[in-house]
Amino acid sequence: MKMGTNELARRIRLHSLRMVNSGGSSHIGSVLSIADILAVLYGRILNIRPNDPKWDLRDRFILSKGHAGAGVYAALAEVGFFDISLLKNHYQDGSIFSGHVSHKGVPGVEVSTGSLGHGLPIGCGMAFAAKIDNKSHKVFVLMSDGELDEGSNWEAMMFSAHHDLNNLIAIIDSNGLQSMDTTEATLSLEPLVDKLRAFGWHVEEVDGHSHDDLAKALCVRSDKPTVVIANTVKGKGVSYMENQIAWHYKTPKDELFDQAIQELMSNSV
Amino acid sequence: MRNAVMDSLYQLATDNSDVMLLTADLGFGVFEDFSLRFPDQYLNVGVAEQNMMGIASGLAMEGKTVFTYSIGNFPTLRCLEQIRNDACYHELNINIIASGGGFSYGGLGMSHHATEDLSIMRALPGVTVLAPSSAWEAGMGVIALADYPGVGYLRIDKSIIEDPLLESEFQIGKARKLREGDAVTIISTGGIAVEAIKAAEELKDVGLDCRVLSMHTIKPIDVQAICDAFCDTKGIVTVEENTIIGGLGSAIAEVCIDMKFDVKRVVRIGMNDRYSSVVGGQEYLRGYYEMDKFAISSKIQNYFL
Repeated sequence: MKMGTNELARRIRLHSLRMVNSGGSSHIGSVLSIADILAVLYGRILNIRPNDPKWDLRDRFILSKGHAGAGVYAALAEVGFFDISLLKNHYQDGSIFSGHVSHKGVPGVEVSTGSLGHGLPIGCGMAFAAKIDNKSHKVFVLMSDGELDEGSNWEAMMFSAHHDLNNLIAIIDSNGLQSMDTTEATLSLEPLVDKLRAFGWHVEEVDGHSHDDLAKALCVRSDKPTVVIANTVKGKGVSYMENQIAWHYKTPKDELFDQAIQELMSNSV
Repeated sequence: MRNAVMDSLYQLATDNSDVMLLTADLGFGVFEDFSLRFPDQYLNVGVAEQNMMGIASGLAMEGKTVFTYSIGNFPTLRCLEQIRNDACYHELNINIIASGGGFSYGGLGMSHHATEDLSIMRALPGVTVLAPSSAWEAGMGVIALADYPGVGYLRIDKSIIEDPLLESEFQIGKARKLREGDAVTIISTGGIAVEAIKAAEELKDVGLDCRVLSMHTIKPIDVQAICDAFCDTKGIVTVEENTIIGGLGSAIAEVCIDMKFDVKRVVRIGMNDRYSSVVGGQEYLRGYYEMDKFAISSKIQNYFL
């Protein structure tokens, strides 16, 4: 029987925690923030074939916030793009599973990212190509809210609205935190919904941890490009990480690691 | 050169509907006809070079052969990281065309003087770097890049030079002889070859019969042509409308070090690690920054006579 998205999200979180712990890497808070979004995408939304990663008619997915790559590797392994045992290589010497998501040698990863503000312009190119080639697949780009500081995103917003790229769906992981402070204290994004609408996008705003709400928003049809603002909690699912910027950087070790695993094993998020 | 580039783009677009031309809102009076003839293969993305390179990457990932266009430093330096991460790392067939190389837009000032692009693009793994010396080479370069794997960079400028066509073959990575000679070899890249040829003509009067090579491809560099120049002539003078750091001169010096040649026989001419702060016509600025025929000629006499 196919795994439900709740279970997929839980496994993404558990795999990511173990990967981050064993590799000593960062960004676990960012991964936990998008685990539900990834689970809904890979479990319900994306039309993909794990045994044929380059299938021409597949939906394209770009993780623009590449620092949360561990979550994508975990999702890809869970849905069958490669063996789950490979995840243990994450962040190890000589590994191809880099901290920021990389496509080289990793089936299912469309685009390597890591520097913010690159995903949406590439998504524009993919969506534009699909339009001129009369192909019906969609292009999904998952971004962070802090990433919106990068001007290239707004260039891409203008472009995609101007060209009616309604096959392009952006998802903003809106957890309100960025590298050093809140998004509002750093470089105010609000009123974000108004800004996105003014740029010509169809805007949906949902609870980024509600799988049904996410799935509904991601299926909305519009004449315009769609952006789903997913309101999330950074570090979601591990009590001491929630809404804490420190877990953008820190690696859970020893008792804290055990506690995180314990919480995720016992709670259904 | 720009007309020759356009002729080649017409040919490519006609032959292959996957060939696309993107501009960041420059090319007034140049692209109108192309956009009418190939509406599905032409895209003005607006004044947004970072987005242009991201879009180009997305298109190329979907199988398009993409040419991007702008002037001066805009299609390269403004979106350098997109070129590196999106285009190069993904090994995409994207070719960047910059018109207005060097001091082509001499009167417009430092922002429009492209004098580091060759070095910076050359530093990126996977980029083929071309600076043709003539319209003929520019047209051939575009055709060659379309089928050449990876990211290409083609810098054209406003020089007008009658290609002597001593060699009628164009091959990426293979220098072309513009003038025969066995005294000293002047190797230039880009339209500044016109100054190299003029200098060679002048040097005839002092008994130096110089060979002139157009190193239209500075990456991959033509090692054989450099070796031949070293063996056949007294030394090499490199000429580029570009900083002497990291461009043609550096590429040739690197070959000489690798081949254990006597680097005392290599002289580099170009922008001497500085920005331009005066304006003027292209010829004037070549003179001001000591890379015109007089500068080339006097340097060669100082070193090799």
